[in-house]
Amino acid sequence: MNFAQFTLQEQGVVILAALVLFTSFSLLAQTRIIACIHAFAWQGALVAAATAMVALVAGQHHLYISALITFALKAVLIPWVLHRIVVKLQITREVETVVNPSLVLLAAAALVAFSYYVALPVEKLSTLATRNTIAISMAVVLLGMLMMVTRRQAITQVVGFMSIENGLFFAAVVSTHGMPMVVELGVAFDLLVATVIFGVFFFQIRQSIDSLDVDRLSRLAESTEEEEQQDNHG
Amino acid sequence: MNALFATLLIPLLGTLLMAVVPRCRIAGWVNVAFAAATTAASIVLALEIFESGPLLSPGKFFYVDAFNVYLLVLTAFVATTTAIFSRPYMDHELAQGRVNNRRMRLYHAMYQGFLFTMLLALSTNNLGILWVALEGATLATVLLVSLYRTPESVEAAWKYFILCGVGIAQALFGTVLLYFAAASVLTSAEDGLLWTTLHGIAGQLDPTVMSIAFVFLLVGYGTKVGLVPLHNWLPDAHSEGPTPMSAVLSGLLLNVALYAVVRTKMLVDGALAAAPNVPQPQLAGYLMMAFGLLSFLVAGLFLHRQRDIKRMFSYSSIEHMGLMTFAFGLGGPLATFAALLHMTLHSLVKSAIFVTVGHATHIAGTQAIDKIRGLIRTQPTVGWGLLLGTAAIAGFPPFGLFVSEFLLLIATMQSWPWLTVVLLSGLAIAFAGLFRNIHPMVYGNQPEGQTPVKANMLPVYLHLLLALWFGLAIPAVLAQWFDQATQLIAGKGVL
Amino acid sequence: MADYLTLQGWLLALLQTALFVTAAPLLVGWLRLLKARLQNRSAPALTQPYRDLSKLFRKEVIVADTASPLFRAAPYVVFSATVVTAAVIPLLAVHLPTAAIADVIVLVGFLALARFFLALAGMDVGTAFGGMGSSREMTIASLAEPAMLMAIFTLTMTAQSSNISHAIDFLLAQGLVLRPSFMFALLALLLVAVAETGRIPVDNPTTHLELTMVHEAMILEYSGRHLALMEWAAQLKLMIYGVLIANIFFPWGIAVESTPTALLLGLAAITGKLMLLCVVLAVAETALAKMRLFRVPGYLNLAFLFALLGMLSHVILEVGA
Repeated sequence: MNFAQFTLQEQGVVILAALVLFTSFSLLAQTRIIACIHAFAWQGALVAAATAMVALVAGQHHLYISALITFALKAVLIPWVLHRIVVKLQITREVETVVNPSLVLLAAAALVAFSYYVALPVEKLSTLATRNTIAISMAVVLLGMLMMVTRRQAITQVVGFMSIENGLFFAAVVSTHGMPMVVELGVAFDLLVATVIFGVFFFQIRQSIDSLDVDRLSRLAESTEEEEQQDNHG
Repeated sequence: MNALFATLLIPLLGTLLMAVVPRCRIAGWVNVAFAAATTAASIVLALEIFESGPLLSPGKFFYVDAFNVYLLVLTAFVATTTAIFSRPYMDHELAQGRVNNRRMRLYHAMYQGFLFTMLLALSTNNLGILWVALEGATLATVLLVSLYRTPESVEAAWKYFILCGVGIAQALFGTVLLYFAAASVLTSAEDGLLWTTLHGIAGQLDPTVMSIAFVFLLVGYGTKVGLVPLHNWLPDAHSEGPTPMSAVLSGLLLNVALYAVVRTKMLVDGALAAAPNVPQPQLAGYLMMAFGLLSFLVAGLFLHRQRDIKRMFSYSSIEHMGLMTFAFGLGGPLATFAALLHMTLHSLVKSAIFVTVGHATHIAGTQAIDKIRGLIRTQPTVGWGLLLGTAAIAGFPPFGLFVSEFLLLIATMQSWPWLTVVLLSGLAIAFAGLFRNIHPMVYGNQPEGQTPVKANMLPVYLHLLLALWFGLAIPAVLAQWFDQATQLIAGKGVL
Repeated sequence: MADYLTLQGWLLALLQTALFVTAAPLLVGWLRLLKARLQNRSAPALTQPYRDLSKLFRKEVIVADTASPLFRAAPYVVFSATVVTAAVIPLLAVHLPTAAIADVIVLVGFLALARFFLALAGMDVGTAFGGMGSSREMTIASLAEPAMLMAIFTLTMTAQSSNISHAIDFLLAQGLVLRPSFMFALLALLLVAVAETGRIPVDNPTTHLELTMVHEAMILEYSGRHLALMEWAAQLKLMIYGVLIANIFFPWGIAVESTPTALLLGLAAITGKLMLLCVVLAVAETALAKMRLFRVPGYLNLAFLFALLGMLSHVILEVGA
């Protein structure tokens, strides 16, 4: 089967998937916290749009509801909450230094290739028009993890976490036209609670270390031999 | 059926009620009452299952068989005994000013919420809901880890949240893949996440997709089990939260996560066994063995360098979870039986130890191993409790863990003889690590002015007695029960 | 693929090249007109670039004492290399005799040749600004070229040919297909084109401040007809990129047969497409400010990222679909 034989709507889904991947890259490259949150909101909106498009293509009406929930939650509510927290903590102008940004982007490209490789046998099994986007969804998950690894700010780590969720949701949509409704609602509920808890945490972290730089959360690392010796001497 | 609903609804009701009960003194008692009622309901449920076999609820939403019903009872039971311990312990913390009334309310509500999510995870038939419930368990406990609001506890909670969140996200991806594999076989995809349905069609599921799914699921739930190298959150979360939380996290949450891994392993094994030309039909088992063994050895080594008593015992939890993962991975009736027995006993003994440690830290006023000395002189019940608990967890003969470890060694000898050496040396290392630290704490010279505290050692001795009983003679009913579960998992029983 | 060697075909190709070369200043005129309107200035006439060129051609050539023969030769080399490039690109019609060498790699090669001589000429006289301009130009080129090649490879992988004429044929035959790889390749090529043709935000073609110059710094020493040729070559380059983007990504309207009606239609189509493209460019140039030079690598990294994403999404999403 050839790509050109897809209907325009199906091609639209693929284009949206590619754009979602692009937002993942831009999340990785953004250094300003506010810009990161905006990129995340765009990703949520694109995922929701892709979901609605899949619903249209496949005639799966329950996906419209999923798309709506996703849009409300990931394109509006969560970015709004994060934005408010950033304003409240007065870090709107904060810029985060990413160590070696070009290396990060190269690693990201490698991860995309890797997810393609892993998703290949999965895609072979599927007959859906959207099956090729499974690799994209997996890449979004992995890029979210990469973002969490490379960032030091608590808020951007959370954005990475949420973008992983985006990838997971997208995976469910494109591989199987969404999970059963009850599971999707459960996941959305968990995400909502997680957002609230994250919000609480930002204030707790801020209170305890007077910063949101999680690198400074290092009291609990396994102590090295030298430290132990120092402790013994002291 | 009613017993199942009672088991689930009581803690849910408890969560809501605790959130509004203002007086914490009453809250402690109410907490115990709810947990005890849950235990009672779960025992009724267990008897029903024992009489009439597996139970599938009409909407196929819940499925209870011999495997998970015993975990349900165990969970409810340990939650009850820990609640009994938690009441005076938390009163003490309140009196010390480490928590305030509002946080106590949060604590009690979340205690019940945590119990609910675990019971839901155990009893649901839907693998998606299993994921939701396990994530819910993280959410319920994460604010409890940071209950004291010290920088350390906030850091521990953050690590716990982020690592478990990311880890369990992998499990969701695995779940999506499972659903995908099922959807390509089933005509109506709606049932594609029901464990019973999946188990029925396991032979037709695509082996490659199932293998990939299992890798994701193992990494995801394995993070929650605390398997090395995804264990970093565990010692922190256990050492910085309130001690009753450490007890239930260590004794229960890890079990539930392992339960999820084993459930999915059953599906993957089914798919790989039925497919022709699979290069590695026991992939799932091998992966679990490798991760389990690695965790077992690494945690055993880390035991030696701990300076915080709760951290030390959390490494001991990693070690034992590694051992169980290894045993489940080994497969076969004997190893599975050993793993189930080990799971039960570890929960009982480890929660008992954490309760004792809670009292010990109150006596010494610190969690640092160097500062805790002479417990047996200051308060013999606590000292003996710690000593016996440690002996039990290290697998000393009269206690049940000796039996389960012995069975596991035999099973290993039968299929992987040279691994027995590794296991034995790992056990020796862990044993040395524990006793090297425990000995001075129990026997050493007691510091000036160290006074006994009000301790409720009933749960500890109850748990240790049970462990002892299981070591001397496993009650016929329980043996039968474990055997039923073994039959479910391994295909045939040992008895 | 018929008439490679027919007289008519060659005539048509010659005609097309002539049109290409003569229309290039007009394109720049149109762009300036748009920009002036957008910036609320009164616009110069559409034909102003022609007047400028003819003025320069009539003026005396002054060459620095330190200049080598290369300095005199460079304008002719640069101009002719650019004209040859223009000649192979399908402007109005595909299937022309020149299409046989209309290979993207050849095209990139010709442009690189022109750039090489331009940079040499910039350094030849030995002034500080010329050398600085050359070094900046080469820095930008070394970053832009990988991105451009990557984007082009994405296209050629889809069309299964690196010949532009064949590729256009292939795309025309498929009709409207929304390819994610093309979307990214288009974005990448747009960014590269802006950098390569020295437009805002990478370089400012109207600047009088030597310190910020890139392209202008290299031709600072030229005068008279030399300068005219250099300017004309730059205008041609802008048009080359414009036509490439317009005809590859939006090939509709280009003449497949060499009948007068088809050719007229092709002329109308390319005129419309280029006019629209200029609107986009003018809006972008008005809205954006010129970047500081050390931010240019970041900009070109973005172009490379787009190209890379295009390649990845081609492999992942389109192959085996």
